[in-house]
Amino acid sequence: MAMAIPQRVPWYMAPLQLLRAIFQVRQFPGVAMAILVFLLVIPGLFAEWIAPHDPIKGSLALRLKPPMWEKGGSITYPLGTDKVGRDVLSRIIYGARVSLRVSIEGIIVSGFIGTALGLISGYFGGRVDALIMRLVDISLGLPIILVALVFVAALGPSFSTVIAVITILLWARYARQVRGEVLSIKERDFIARARVAGASHFRIMFRYLLPNVVNTLIVLATLQVGFVIIFESSLSFLGAGIPRPTPAWGLMVADGRELIVTAWWISMFPGIAIMLTVLSFNLVGDWLRDHLDPKLKNI
Amino acid sequence: MQRYITIRFLQSLLALFVMSMIVFSLARMTGDPLDVLLPMEAGEGERERVAKHWGLDRPMYEQYFVFLGKALRGDFGTSWKWQGHTAMGLVMERMPATLQLAGAAIAISVALALPFGVLTAVWRDTLFDSVGKVFAILGQSLPNFWLGIVLMWIFAVSLGWLPTSGRGGIRHMILPAVCLGWFQVATMMRLVRSSMLDVLDSEFVKLTRIKGLPEWKVVWKHCLRNAAITPLTYFAITAGALITGSVIIESVFAWPGTGLLAVDAVRARDFQVVQAIVIVFAAVFILANLLVDILYAYIDPRIRYQ
Repeated sequence: MAMAIPQRVPWYMAPLQLLRAIFQVRQFPGVAMAILVFLLVIPGLFAEWIAPHDPIKGSLALRLKPPMWEKGGSITYPLGTDKVGRDVLSRIIYGARVSLRVSIEGIIVSGFIGTALGLISGYFGGRVDALIMRLVDISLGLPIILVALVFVAALGPSFSTVIAVITILLWARYARQVRGEVLSIKERDFIARARVAGASHFRIMFRYLLPNVVNTLIVLATLQVGFVIIFESSLSFLGAGIPRPTPAWGLMVADGRELIVTAWWISMFPGIAIMLTVLSFNLVGDWLRDHLDPKLKNI
Repeated sequence: MQRYITIRFLQSLLALFVMSMIVFSLARMTGDPLDVLLPMEAGEGERERVAKHWGLDRPMYEQYFVFLGKALRGDFGTSWKWQGHTAMGLVMERMPATLQLAGAAIAISVALALPFGVLTAVWRDTLFDSVGKVFAILGQSLPNFWLGIVLMWIFAVSLGWLPTSGRGGIRHMILPAVCLGWFQVATMMRLVRSSMLDVLDSEFVKLTRIKGLPEWKVVWKHCLRNAAITPLTYFAITAGALITGSVIIESVFAWPGTGLLAVDAVRARDFQVVQAIVIVFAAVFILANLLVDILYAYIDPRIRYQ
């Protein structure tokens, strides 16, 4: 793994390294990638064009239609309709957008804060380090779901509350990981030389240290997406996440819960969507970890 | 060692303190408690009288210290939703149900994770190992609320073997405990497998084989004893996952435990009960973390000097 050796990497090389790794290495999880593209990315981006029906307006005349292969189902509603006559397939397609947005925004916001604090903590050391690391300890020591419930009850269920809760929970992992790596990288020659050459603290942190932790960040982020998606859907399921009537997968499972005997398809299909997405992210994350950053074995 | 324990203990107290502050301020942000306490048409005088009665007219920091002082004595006030109950009383009344469920979940996960983890390591790269791997990855990817609904549908509704929800005999406990333990099985199995692989490679195992011990004794006695340390220290994470899980699983199966109480209390904006639950759970969680850290330092002396 030549890539894992810290050296000065120009910032624009990071994506290239990733691409090279994807094409060079065997055992690329192609199926998982395909699932992510067709189940999450394409529906998430182009829901308006793909979804056959409106995800929010339904017609009561068409309520509780079974999927097309069951008796009484029709091709117009391939996965059936829910209790107010909304098309399940369309809602799953729009639901992909919620999961996609939550995972991207949650990971970016928490990754940004965590990385910045981790860089500062590792680079400056001393009291700043001690303070930030105590905050990390406390943050990792909080019982996640209860904080989330109290938070959502305080701020009301909304998209930004979910992002805020995810950020509070995840930043610490980035901070801890980045700090650990910075501690060893900053002892290396090229950092000392940069300092002699008169580079500012800011420049050293973002142009010299950051590119060397990018691999770690990518792996960490991929491995966390699955957790973020499950967490969001659990919150939505408890009625503390995305507010109704937005089509979110967790909410759809909750909607079909009492009807599981008569209309199993309402909560079954969104559940399968969550499972496949999370499974694929875990597979891709495992693979990325093995090939980009083997030292992260314990995450 | 003593110094290490002292420092970790103080850190835990600090975490608990911060937690109490977060809980207090967030609970106050859920809205003016007077709106919940009083009917809409209550006059100004009425509001003042009630505010005074509950101590809501004093400054925030004063309210916090009153709260903290009482919390240290286990007094979180009386519930507003469940009239006539103290918040702590409610939590303690529901606690046995949660502990029972958590205990069953731990038992199930250990009973499955240990043997399967060991076997996947011993028979590595065979079909059994691949199946185990798929099972572990699946376990980590299944949302447990959905698993709960699906299991309920199959075993309680379609087959009619088990009751759908509520608390009763052993039969009521099977489905929720399996759902709660599921995630632990997957994670613990992977941990057992990887630490078993390390141990199987080591010199002393070769020695036991040369000595002529039967293979089952090598694996199940000498290797497992050494490999079990890592997964056991994983218990702290398990404690966290069980708390999270109990909130979700208890509301799926209407299991009358603390998790369900938490969801109900948050929905009803019952400050006192929410505070009591969160502080009690946080204390359990932080204590579990502390115990594991001490255990870890005891097993691996290098940690003490970091």
